[in-house]
Amino acid sequence: MSTLYADLAIVRPEIVLAIGAMILLVLGVFRAAGDAQAEATTGRLVYAVSIFLLLATGLIVIVYGGGETREAFGGMFVDDAFARYAKVLILFSAALIMILGLEYLARNNMMKFEYPIIILFAVIGMMMMVSANDLLSLYMGLELQSLSLYIIAAFRRDSVRSTEAGLKYFVLGALSSGLLLYGMSLVYGFTGSTSFDAIAQAVTGTEKMGVGLLFGLSFMAAGFAFKISAAPFHMWTPDVYEGAPMPVTALFATAPKVAAGAMFARAMVEPFGAGTDQWQQILAFLAVASMFLGAVAGIGQTNIKRLMAYSSIGHMGFALVGLAAGGEKGVQAMLVYLAIYVAMNVGVFAFLLTMTRNGKQAVKIADLAGLGTTHPAAAACVAILMFSLAGIPPLAGFFAKYFVLNAAVDAGLSWLAIAGVIASVISAFYYLRIVKVMYFDEAGEPLTILGGAEHKVTWAVAALLMLVAIFPFEPFNGLGTPEAAERAAQSLDIIGHAGVPGH
Amino acid sequence: MSDASFISEYHWLTFVTFLPLAGAALLLLFSDSEEGDQLQIKRFALGVTVVVFIASIPLLMLFDPTQQGYQFIEETEWLGLLKYKLGVDGISLPFVMLTTFLMPLTILASWGVSKRVKEYMIAFLVLETLMIGVFVALDMILFYLFFEGGLIPMFLIIGVWGGKDRIYASFKFFLYTLLGSVLMLIAMLWMINEAGTSDIVQLQEYTFSSTPIEILGLTLPAGMQTLLWLAFFASFAVKMPMWPVHTWLPDAHVQAPTAGSVILAAVLLKMGGYGFLRFSLPMFPVASDQMATFVFTLSVIAIIYTSLVALVQEDIKKLIAYSSVAHMGYVTMGIFAGNQQGVDGAMFQMISHGFISGALFLLVGVIYDRMHTRDIGFYGGLAIRMPIYATVMGLFAMANVGLPGTSGFVGEILALTGTFQASTWVALFATTGVILSAAYMLYMYRQVVLGEMTNPKLAEITDMNGREVFIIAPLVIGTLLLGVQPGLVMDIFAPAVEHLLDGYDSAVAAAQGVMDTAAHSAPAH
Repeated sequence: MSTLYADLAIVRPEIVLAIGAMILLVLGVFRAAGDAQAEATTGRLVYAVSIFLLLATGLIVIVYGGGETREAFGGMFVDDAFARYAKVLILFSAALIMILGLEYLARNNMMKFEYPIIILFAVIGMMMMVSANDLLSLYMGLELQSLSLYIIAAFRRDSVRSTEAGLKYFVLGALSSGLLLYGMSLVYGFTGSTSFDAIAQAVTGTEKMGVGLLFGLSFMAAGFAFKISAAPFHMWTPDVYEGAPMPVTALFATAPKVAAGAMFARAMVEPFGAGTDQWQQILAFLAVASMFLGAVAGIGQTNIKRLMAYSSIGHMGFALVGLAAGGEKGVQAMLVYLAIYVAMNVGVFAFLLTMTRNGKQAVKIADLAGLGTTHPAAAACVAILMFSLAGIPPLAGFFAKYFVLNAAVDAGLSWLAIAGVIASVISAFYYLRIVKVMYFDEAGEPLTILGGAEHKVTWAVAALLMLVAIFPFEPFNGLGTPEAAERAAQSLDIIGHAGVPGH
Repeated sequence: MSDASFISEYHWLTFVTFLPLAGAALLLLFSDSEEGDQLQIKRFALGVTVVVFIASIPLLMLFDPTQQGYQFIEETEWLGLLKYKLGVDGISLPFVMLTTFLMPLTILASWGVSKRVKEYMIAFLVLETLMIGVFVALDMILFYLFFEGGLIPMFLIIGVWGGKDRIYASFKFFLYTLLGSVLMLIAMLWMINEAGTSDIVQLQEYTFSSTPIEILGLTLPAGMQTLLWLAFFASFAVKMPMWPVHTWLPDAHVQAPTAGSVILAAVLLKMGGYGFLRFSLPMFPVASDQMATFVFTLSVIAIIYTSLVALVQEDIKKLIAYSSVAHMGYVTMGIFAGNQQGVDGAMFQMISHGFISGALFLLVGVIYDRMHTRDIGFYGGLAIRMPIYATVMGLFAMANVGLPGTSGFVGEILALTGTFQASTWVALFATTGVILSAAYMLYMYRQVVLGEMTNPKLAEITDMNGREVFIIAPLVIGTLLLGVQPGLVMDIFAPAVEHLLDGYDSAVAAAQGVMDTAAHSAPAH
């Protein structure tokens, strides 16, 4: 009995969120049954409480986290610095995206109480993903997250685009889950266990992973690559980004990417750390393909949501460069990358959510024309974020790239780093094009910026962070992110990764 | 030492570097909705740059050229291995002074700007911080930040306030230079991992492996040094720019507003030469020595080819832009000659070119402001209505040719002397550039300033006004003063160059010794 209590104490944040979500669900079902008025007020209430729950859970993770690594449920679930780092990112970015989406949802009559609750469930799934220390718990978390996301992608039932996005995401997602499960079953078959620790021991014991195990690992990597939208498993991303309502797109671009990235990292380096040199090339391929696809395919886009989709594909490629480097340094680089990526995307989407023309959401890049004259402050912030996304120094986006490239060079993957910087020059073209449209082009019919103070503050703070996060004195100096990421990476159990020979 | 120590103690270099940025931040608070506001903004920006110049004077006064190594060092912990470290030596100080000296003049030259003045001034002030930062940074990644960061304001300056094809030019400028630089970044990361530090001072003392390695069937005689050298070369050669990667420069120059061209020619191009002296020569001496022939070839082609191209230009700015490429050819040649005269000449040429090309672009701006064209055929006989202009233009055309008595002469003759010692043939070919430069400058001068005034549109053209004379006067004085008294700047950088070359020579000699021993012992096996 005492172990159960101890276990429950470890999963406290998840429990708070889950119980809260279920209470809200009951509340919503009973209160919303009535007229449209009641439905809208209930929606608002549930929405507000959900945001509160996310923030509260974030605080619980920070306050009760402590510094140590704790395992629960017989090692199925682990609460370590790595998981907490990802959870803090997930919870706060999801909460922020919800705050920013409020105005859009109200404007478009989408204030249904189910929406925030589904996001809560998705977030619980994400927290499970990053804490999973076993193939089974990993799959549970992943499916909880995925099923929730399929639903909210199709949340605008009356929109063909949105339902198409949801369906497409679901079908392809189901396929990728199948691949993942197949890979897991092979891994289970060849190692005799689903536990990461046991797999790690089995892998460490052998000189080289056998074909069967490697096969399973490859299938698993394919499944993960789908979730993180890495090429060549990226096909759903542009369509879903474009079809889903803007707040949902904003969510897709942030929290789930962190969750999938962190899950990918743990599932590679913990069980298979000893075989890093064998899966390194898979990761390197995924990274190169994603970086170049994201860079090249983004050039022709006219829709800003699709552009952001390709941008995120490219960025995930960069994050995978860190993972391909392997070891603590690689994981640290990846985590830093994800944090900066999320900050940039929250800022950009805060702005995109407010872009309207004739009462409709504006999604064309050309809609931004002349923004530099009509809304100078907003344009300046977006321009800073774009330069940062392009990875131009001295903005924080450069440091994200600096960390992963450094890890790659240190791991003897200089060619990967060179490929990465070339891709980043190509992708700089489309980020620059947005700056060009805003500043160099003449304004057409002016855009309406509908957002409230929360949007303006968010994009301004995000832009400011890109500038000041690198100041060489406290409290800036990287804002503690590299240190936190380092602690997170150290908390992982990377057995058998002896580092790189020759260094 | 006691009075110089306050510079470090009070973070004077940081202050000078970031003062323009602070000014830019303050400018954000200015309103620009009314007519009078523009003047306020311009005055404020001018004030900031003047204060920066005044603040940089103590650096020059308290700098001790006889002392080896870096001075006024500031050092703070930064991210991980990286440090926030600033300092100057005899090589970087002249560039810092050049930047702070030219900035007030460029702001004054922008007095006629009426479109989005606030953003314009902010861009220039931010650019000033980044330019100074490049020359004072003593951490490799910090250097890279400033080096690349400069692209952002320059991109906006060309793109927003540029000419007709500004968008093409701005993208070309940005992507071209970015592509050149990213390889350098990878090389830097490799060096940081190899040497365990990103401190430029320590890296200059670190010996990178120069044992031959084979890549894809090619043998690299200086091994890793060659690879690193090439990566840095890719960046600096584009920035310089050297033939054949110079093609972004004419576009950028032609489209940029006058002040942008001045800064581009006078300071931004010098970052390439500075980079060669700060990184390539001291960190990869063996590779530099071996690649010298390669650089000489490119330099000679640049000098002759771009001079010929300059001869047929119809746009005055383009002509000066090509002339800049040719003049930078002397700089690269001098640097890789690897001897005192050569490097001294290159340094001097860079400073002098900062004055001369800056002045030439300002002078083009003067007639462009009046007639809105830079077509050589449009002009003619300006001397009749613009005597002051004709005189000043004549002076700078001659300085650009390298006439004795102007600063242009000193740099060229030294660079050529240095090169002559390294290779007679290279010096021989390069000297033809002097003749060619006389040809295109005199051609331009005759077409634009001399002759009959046939174009009726020029009948009402007015001579330089007080502001324009005021801007150009310091440059006239500077060019003549350095021409007759080169020691003024030479004394600052010569000891540092000597120190640099000492290390260079001994490293090259050591590598030579190793190779000789290897050759001797080879038959024994």
